Amino acid sequence: MDLIEKIIEKKPAIVKRWLDVLVETYPEDSRVFFKKETDQFANPVGFTFSKELESLVEYVVRGNLGEEASKGLDRIIRIRAVQDFSPSEAVKFVFQLKGIIRDVLGKRGSLEGFAGELELVDKNIDKAGLLAFDIYSMCRERIYELRVGEVRREVGRLLERANLLCQAAQQ
Amino acid sequence: MAQTPKPEELAKIEHSPPLMEGWMDRPVEIREGFYCYGAKGKNLAAVGMPNPRDWNPADEDWKLPEDWKEIVLDGFKDRLDRFRSFKLFMDICVRCGACADKCHFFIGSGDPKNMPVLRAELFRSVYRKRFTTAGKLFGKLAGARDLEYNVLKEWWYYLYQCTECRRCSLFCPYGIDTAEITIIGRELTNLLGLNTDWIQAPVANCYRTGNHLGIQPHAYKDMIDFFVDEIEEVTGVRVNPSFNRKGAEILFITPSGDVFADPGTYTAMGYLMLFHYLESMGLDITWSTYASEGGNFGFFTSHEMAKRLNAKMYAEAKRLGVKWILGGECGHMWRVVHQYMDTFNGPPDFLEEPVSPITGTKFENAKGTKMVHITEFTADLIKHNKLKLDPSRNDNLVLTYHDSCNTARGMGIFEEPRYVIKNVCNNFYEMPSGTIREQTFCCGSGAGLNAGENMELRMRGGLPRANAVQHVHEKHGVNMMACICAIDRAALTTLMEYWVPEVQICGVHELVGNALILDGEKDRTTDLRGEPLPGMEDMEEEEDV
Repeated sequence: MDLIEKIIEKKPAIVKRWLDVLVETYPEDSRVFFKKETDQFANPVGFTFSKELESLVEYVVRGNLGEEASKGLDRIIRIRAVQDFSPSEAVKFVFQLKGIIRDVLGKRGSLEGFAGELELVDKNIDKAGLLAFDIYSMCRERIYELRVGEVRREVGRLLERANLLCQAAQQ
Repeated sequence: MAQTPKPEELAKIEHSPPLMEGWMDRPVEIREGFYCYGAKGKNLAAVGMPNPRDWNPADEDWKLPEDWKEIVLDGFKDRLDRFRSFKLFMDICVRCGACADKCHFFIGSGDPKNMPVLRAELFRSVYRKRFTTAGKLFGKLAGARDLEYNVLKEWWYYLYQCTECRRCSLFCPYGIDTAEITIIGRELTNLLGLNTDWIQAPVANCYRTGNHLGIQPHAYKDMIDFFVDEIEEVTGVRVNPSFNRKGAEILFITPSGDVFADPGTYTAMGYLMLFHYLESMGLDITWSTYASEGGNFGFFTSHEMAKRLNAKMYAEAKRLGVKWILGGECGHMWRVVHQYMDTFNGPPDFLEEPVSPITGTKFENAKGTKMVHITEFTADLIKHNKLKLDPSRNDNLVLTYHDSCNTARGMGIFEEPRYVIKNVCNNFYEMPSGTIREQTFCCGSGAGLNAGENMELRMRGGLPRANAVQHVHEKHGVNMMACICAIDRAALTTLMEYWVPEVQICGVHELVGNALILDGEKDRTTDLRGEPLPGMEDMEEEEDV
């Protein structure tokens, strides 16, 4: 059995720990709610975290960072980009997967002899971390674009009426 | 709606605080992106608000009068005496936490001070210290604390993170209306000139010119003339609205957002087309360039300011000598009209009980205020087969409907907009049951929070709503969400751009305008937005060539 297979085998425990470290970034009173409320509409944050982390584990450790992985990371980071987190706090959970894998698999020497593979998994997690940061930046840029868009919609018609907008001449 | 719990159910409630341990020791941190800029001195002075000066919430010094504490506590006492509800709400909460996870701001942020119970506790703690014996004697042990500068800042920060949507009230076994606590809390901050400029500037503008943007009458009319041209371009029919016309039977008042801000402008075009259609059937209606705003940001300032700004509706109705008032698609305008206007500025004994001139329907529900909601009016027209409609013109749209908090929870309008939508569109899907009707999730931008500088707050507050939209988008291909609130039309557009960019926002009467078959119209190729009608896509391309 290779390391990836071992990780997949322990996926439920890894996902649980990953969710724990993600939810621990919130105040104590909120953690219970995020974890216990299972209705996806009553608790979109907790539901999204559980659902997306579940599928992300495999994508990330395999380095399969295509559209699906991107989408999963986006759903989590889009939320954290508008909460009370600094950029590093918002994406830190991705890198924390390294420690979680070691904790879950490291018992009773299960990782012995997998140093090379572990290094590869670490590299894949780093790549996912960088992707997470790209997504975070895109979300923040979007926030600023939204501000500009609103101003445009609010007064654009008035400016147009007052002949204060000029369009580029047709070529 | 909230059911009255049985005694045995109430007995099960644990009367000890399960949550919020140690919250008093966590001082507030005013963070950028989650608050609106402070009210400018000139806008405070324009309507005689106390302590007019420019101030910045991020500064240490909020430039308060020396006796600020006394002012607030006197104001607190005054309101406890005047508002029985406020006194009750301060006393009866058992901190059961039923409301805690119902607030969209808590759900989206995880900030415990966004739990309605804790948001109100920010006040209750001071109430206990100053106005109850137990609080005076036992202090912190009894959940009491004194009003200090940082407590005031905490009040302010969280009072302006509540949209007064009242979803929490729906789940409170005691029926505590946290929105009322926010309303009165904001009144207290206004005693010190601590409004936000996003609220105060529209208040000042409204007082001066009648609308939030400070648009003068000629510009208001000019904007509607612009719509008349656009409608002619789409339909070939020139509509002819009247303004400030004395002797008209009906006065029409709508939020200025419909006249100036996209995509509300398309809803305004829908109103114009409907009124034109009904003209030959006996509709005698006028717009007003003075009562040019249905919205009332005074409601987010104080009861008194809400009353002052609301007064123009009846004043203009009296001046013009109309019989009754028809109101456009707006949220908090209707909360004020439905719950306050009659006692603020009524009784309007110079008006008559509204009767539809087309169907003869008496709007008995509007007997008090003499003001009818346009979706009630239009639903009645459709019910009586008075409108020729072609819903297939909206076939490029897959609709859902957002119940605006104020019209849904505030006045119980659930069926009329749905009835109208289902008659003018063929593709309609509801969002999940816990997110609509009386349980609807707020847009996250109501009660004067729809500014730009607090965008992060708005996006996380709107997450529960957006999450339900995403569900119907993925399941049914929904690409348009209708609503009957001007702030929603502006705020949800932005919310969707962040969370579900494939979904756009419209008013119900935009859909009516698209479907309505006007006498003498040309073959329409586009909808009111200038987008090709279903099946006309190729024609548009040919024209472009």
